Amino acid sequence: MTMTDPAMAATPRAANDSLPERLPINAVPVRHWKQWIAAAILIVLLAATLLSLATNDNIHYPTIGEYLFNPSILKGLGVTFQLAIIAMLAGIVIGILVAVARMSTNRVLNAVAEGYIWLFRGVPLLVQLLLFGNFALLAPELGIAIPFTDTVLLGVDTNKVITPFMAAILALSLHEGAYMAEVVRGGILAVDKGQSEAATAVGMTRGLAMRRIVLPQALRVIIPPTGNQFITLLKATALVAVIAGHDLMSTAQNISAQNYRTIELLLVASVWYLAIVSILSFLQRMLERRLSRGVER
Amino acid sequence: MTTTTPTGSILSVDQNPDAMVSIRRVHKSFGDNEVLRGIDLDVQQGEVLCLLGPSGSGKSTLLRCINTLETIDEGRIWVDGDLIGYRERAGRLRALNAKEMAAQRRHIGMVFQRFNLFANMTAVENVMEAPVHVAGSKRAQARAKALELLDRVGLSSHANHYPAQLSGGQQQRVAIARALAMEPRLMLFDEPTSALDPELVGEVLEVMRGLAQSGMTMIVVTHEIAFARDVGDSLVFMAEGRVVETGHPREVIDNPKTDRMRQFLAVRNAV
Repeated sequence: MTMTDPAMAATPRAANDSLPERLPINAVPVRHWKQWIAAAILIVLLAATLLSLATNDNIHYPTIGEYLFNPSILKGLGVTFQLAIIAMLAGIVIGILVAVARMSTNRVLNAVAEGYIWLFRGVPLLVQLLLFGNFALLAPELGIAIPFTDTVLLGVDTNKVITPFMAAILALSLHEGAYMAEVVRGGILAVDKGQSEAATAVGMTRGLAMRRIVLPQALRVIIPPTGNQFITLLKATALVAVIAGHDLMSTAQNISAQNYRTIELLLVASVWYLAIVSILSFLQRMLERRLSRGVER
Repeated sequence: MTTTTPTGSILSVDQNPDAMVSIRRVHKSFGDNEVLRGIDLDVQQGEVLCLLGPSGSGKSTLLRCINTLETIDEGRIWVDGDLIGYRERAGRLRALNAKEMAAQRRHIGMVFQRFNLFANMTAVENVMEAPVHVAGSKRAQARAKALELLDRVGLSSHANHYPAQLSGGQQQRVAIARALAMEPRLMLFDEPTSALDPELVGEVLEVMRGLAQSGMTMIVVTHEIAFARDVGDSLVFMAEGRVVETGHPREVIDNPKTDRMRQFLAVRNAV
């Protein structure tokens, strides 16, 4: 420290009067050298990868451009969307019902809910899709029969009822419902116990308290993970290809089976999945920001 | 303690038929911990009974047993002549189902230490919620009555505020209005001012004082000795799950008869 600046030299107490009105800091910020080095290495690696992809003769790029907006691909995209939205809505409804059943004091409902979650969360989605897709092998005819007799009222061909689309909806909804049940249960548990106690004290039954007081408050906690579930589900619809579900992935595979452009069509599918997931992630972030604003009210 | 004279019905275990609340031989355990060890208590119509005692003495549990937020292990509780939680049929007690229990709670108002206002509703919605969805009142009617009650607790200008926008004292006053909306015959207060900043205690006690003067039957678990002294008609001092001392608040506070009570008051005064 030099003695040239009188303000610095003086004792703090005495300095107060002689100090200038404002004291700019002007410090040298911490330099993040390691971050710069890491970024440089990554950019070089990325450039090398892109270059090798671009110059790879095994990828025929015009094919990607040709099929990106191919009518069949777009139709498959529509089916993927339909599957994801219907299964998500069904999953939310199932999830709420199962979560409430799981937390009720009714032991029968409890057991049913726990059994449901155990089964549909435990069996891989791919296996469930194949089981529903091949349901006709298990039961060639569906109908209402009188147990222990041969009488069948109303029998129909299984393959007419459970089309690949229907099988996909069933498997995806039931699978999603099991996961959503746990998400909803987490939300319900996050609501302060005093809320349901106060509801009980004014004479509400458990069901009414759940509907009017607890579930509306649980919603705020439930919505962000539900966004995640929807994105996961959308990608999981690609598995429908194993039962020829006419979704985006099935269509891409059908086309590549004819023209042998396997990688190109997988890339076409990837571009679309990435695009949709990006849009959904953006919407999810907007929604979360909106909800966190509401916490204060 | 009085002896039981069998009178034919197992319900008439020396029940005081005139009392608003009659509690006999009530025991309650949480696991191995017996928190209520044989409580006998009567509260008359219009009486304000203050329950004092160190923490862990069982006073809050007793309050929660009266409106069946907790179930009792032994004994009987009657409110306004109705046995709480059970019904007698063919000489046996049968547990009430969830709906019947809910119906019994309607007429017993409860105010919690931590307010527990419905966080997803405004003040006026909190007050009209039970009248509309439990009692089946018309919305407009319930709303008018709710505003009247909010006015009574001095909060008519805050009707459209959410709980998070209200101070602790304001929340507790809304909670009192919410309980009053169901026209209770009995009001239970579980340490209503313990969670409040000191400067907010007065406004809540003021509302409770007004309620007491209007003739409401009240059981108040409290640490506010001055309130018990001024507003209470009777005082019950509990310790270790038993009633240790009862009497007129001024007498009990000014001339405690037991060491336990003297000790308790000495600690309070020292603070």
